[in-house]
Amino acid sequence: MNYAIEMLNITKDFPGIRANDNVTLQVKDRSIHALLGENGAGKSTLMSILFGLYQPTEGCIKIRGKEVKITDPNVANELGIGMVHQHFKLVECFTVTENIVLGMEPHKNGVLDLKSAAKKIKELSEMYGLNVDPDSLISEISVGMQQRVEILKMLYRNADILIFDEPTAVLTPQEITELISIMKNLVNEGKTILLITHKLKEIKAVADECTVLRRGKYIGTINVAEATEKQMAEMMVGREVNFSVAKEEAKPGDVVLSISHLNVKNNKGLLGVKDFSLDVRAGEIVGLAGIDGNGQTELVHALTGLCKIESGTVTLNGNDITNYSIKKRIEEGLGHIPEDRHKHGLVLDFTLEENFAIHAYNVEPFAKNGFLNKAEITKNAERLIEQFDVRSGQGAKTITRSMSGGNQQKAIIAREIDRSPELLLVVQPTRGLDVGAIEYIHKRIVEERDKNKAVLLVSLELDEILNLSDRVAVIFNGELTGVVDRKNTDENELGLMMAGSKKEVN
Amino acid sequence: MKKYEKIIAPLLAILLGILIGTILLVFSGKSPIYMFSTLIKSVIGYDILKPGPINLRYFGEFLVFSMPIILTGLSVGFAYRTGLFNIGGEGQVLVGSAASTAAALLLPMSGVPHLIACLLAGALAGAIWAFIPGILQVKKNINVVVTAIMLNYVGLHFSNWVVQQMPTFAKAKTDYFPVSLKSPFLASITNNSRLHWGIIVVLVALVIYHVLIEKTSFGYSLRATGFNREGARYAGMKVDRNVVYAMMISGAMAGLAGAIITLGTFGYGRQLGASEGYGFDGIAVALVGGCNSIGIFLAGLLFGALKVAQPAMQALQIPKDIATIISACIILFVSMQYGIMDVVYKVVGRFKKKDEVVTKDGGEA
Ligand SMILES: Nc1ncnc2c1ncn2[C@@H]1O[C@H](COP(=O)(O)OP(=O)(O)OP(=O)(O)O)[C@@H](O)[C@H]1O
Ligand SMILES: [Mg+2]
Repeated sequence: MNYAIEMLNITKDFPGIRANDNVTLQVKDRSIHALLGENGAGKSTLMSILFGLYQPTEGCIKIRGKEVKITDPNVANELGIGMVHQHFKLVECFTVTENIVLGMEPHKNGVLDLKSAAKKIKELSEMYGLNVDPDSLISEISVGMQQRVEILKMLYRNADILIFDEPTAVLTPQEITELISIMKNLVNEGKTILLITHKLKEIKAVADECTVLRRGKYIGTINVAEATEKQMAEMMVGREVNFSVAKEEAKPGDVVLSISHLNVKNNKGLLGVKDFSLDVRAGEIVGLAGIDGNGQTELVHALTGLCKIESGTVTLNGNDITNYSIKKRIEEGLGHIPEDRHKHGLVLDFTLEENFAIHAYNVEPFAKNGFLNKAEITKNAERLIEQFDVRSGQGAKTITRSMSGGNQQKAIIAREIDRSPELLLVVQPTRGLDVGAIEYIHKRIVEERDKNKAVLLVSLELDEILNLSDRVAVIFNGELTGVVDRKNTDENELGLMMAGSKKEVN
Repeated sequence: MKKYEKIIAPLLAILLGILIGTILLVFSGKSPIYMFSTLIKSVIGYDILKPGPINLRYFGEFLVFSMPIILTGLSVGFAYRTGLFNIGGEGQVLVGSAASTAAALLLPMSGVPHLIACLLAGALAGAIWAFIPGILQVKKNINVVVTAIMLNYVGLHFSNWVVQQMPTFAKAKTDYFPVSLKSPFLASITNNSRLHWGIIVVLVALVIYHVLIEKTSFGYSLRATGFNREGARYAGMKVDRNVVYAMMISGAMAGLAGAIITLGTFGYGRQLGASEGYGFDGIAVALVGGCNSIGIFLAGLLFGALKVAQPAMQALQIPKDIATIISACIILFVSMQYGIMDVVYKVVGRFKKKDEVVTKDGGEA
């Protein structure tokens, strides 16, 4: 058999945890190989070993049959291995070309020669259908485009083994479709791709084979064409997984959140949210659907107090909170699972337990007379870790930065749901979570509803919206296109509304 | 960085700095033995080249030099933990000096209460001097670094002007104060050095620093602000207020440094031609000390030793710039600590398998 990559019996230890335990991964040349596993199963670690960021504790790596020692990413580069990290490593104020050549700048007689580089980039971009303009600034292009710049960076360095770590987690559904066809192009041109994703649909759509890890251990490798999504999910979690949430009919009570005629400016100084009105009642989940960039972020930031409201009012349980500080809104009963977990949700250099205390660090039981009560903070953390199955190397004392992405997200969700706020504002809650964790989180969100709390769910994924919501509101271009009952709508209708076709508000 | 790396990296930086100083000295044709013997003598008062009894006066003077830069180190460290760079220590030290001078000469008080009032005046003046850049940053988005640097110059001239207004001012200084931190007791046990009660102030400040940052909920919110300002805001913390408070506490520590120099080392008010560099020393101390109290204490002693040894070195025709070069190299190497640890692992890795470091840009998701 012709393998491009063989990682044989890899073991990797971190303080307090064995991230990879005798894992074997064999990837056929010119194929797309998916890597599937729960949050914290050790996927990113395994890929970081392949890319030379970590050294394995044990095991060996063969590239095209030859045993190699990948001591750092430069060695990986020389072996033709490239990696797109989930958090891009681009210089915002540089152009696409400048970013791509960084570290191997072309020069003519000692003078930087960007022209020829730009030409080569343009050619590559056309060859693989990437559509990237070499002269635009990184800060001015979309996240999807930035990802393509990362892809070009690998291609420019002549990589033929491409690693993608959860590339679709930051993309809109539209961009995901495009990425999938790009990946297929790449394989047709002779590249080999390793893909980490939690979305089984995507694996079905592109991958040839799939290797499953569970808690650091190798479970097996399957031929994707012969497996169903359900089988893959079971293989990775070790039990049966329910993709849809069982829930009773909602019993909506009083209005908890009332948004009326809200106008909010976006970061370009234009109106991002226009004359937006919506009510959310106790005991119901309202989903806010829309294509990315249609005002969802501005709306959420206005509700939480992270950005200023131009005009209009927001009331929470009858209190006008339009001009309240963030702290006061939290005290009035607002909970928020933010879209950007690294920017807002966590202090990455804090320990897990410190992050769990972030809203209540200065009140009992976490503090008394201005002094922290560390014992209580630890106790609280241990309870949440247990309840929400947050996995990490050193439990409550783990530095959050070293945790796997999915477990970071679980930590935020645990903290916010545990407070059981009157209004829970949930933005993209399951980004980067494995199917087992999604099942659990969805269950907990429905439980909040059943405790007569109000939930506003903002998500780009229609599946999630349809799965959880009792009513669905659609936003387009900053305006409300309509509100429909979940029971009387479907993907098609919502799709049309998301593209801007109006529906009478009912 | 891991715990043990936080200790090893600065130690390596110090060794490398001293090594470079030594090599330079050899190149300039001087024997490095004299440099080391002077350094040792300046710290513990024992001359390894001319064995004799230990002279504790050197030790006392060494502490006198170290005390203010431990305080300015705490000042820089405190701001840094909140994500701020307080480069205005120079000015804050000077206005602290001037305020304690004024308080010592003008307040109709006496004894220990008067002394405490003088210290508080110094701390308060430093706090006010640091409040200005803090509030401008928060309200007008003017970078604290720029404002603080400018205020260093204003601080020099303003504090000179204050000292000149004192009733007993003549020939660039005032009369001796009615109160001071001078201690016949401490002088007597250190063979008549200038060691003074300022050492108590320094120890108290070290404890306060540690407790405030690590043990209180206020310190928690400052650290959160320092690590991730947006995250702290999201959590409902008053980030702007934290910035201003942190600057003021930082300034108060620098102001205290000025106060103990004036009240302890001298005991009279002075007009100065230029700042004496305590504020800048504080930056080095905080950096090498890793911004925690024990580290700052030890780093303060190190830089104090390099500072106090300079005159003695010069007496032996060793250019005193060598001490400056050593300090500068240490700072340089501490800033390069990630790279240094990398090299260490490469070297050690040949013998032993590499231990993992928490990646710098962390959780990839
Ligand atoms: N640099 C590190 N230091 C300490 N522990 C680490 C480090 N990197 C990862 N870990 C631990 O190793 C385990 C595996 O993490 P990894 O990031 O590989 O998971 P993953 O499969 O990518 O999960 P996710 O789907 O959530 O991204 C986790 O428990 C994590 O806490
Ligand atoms: Mg991962």
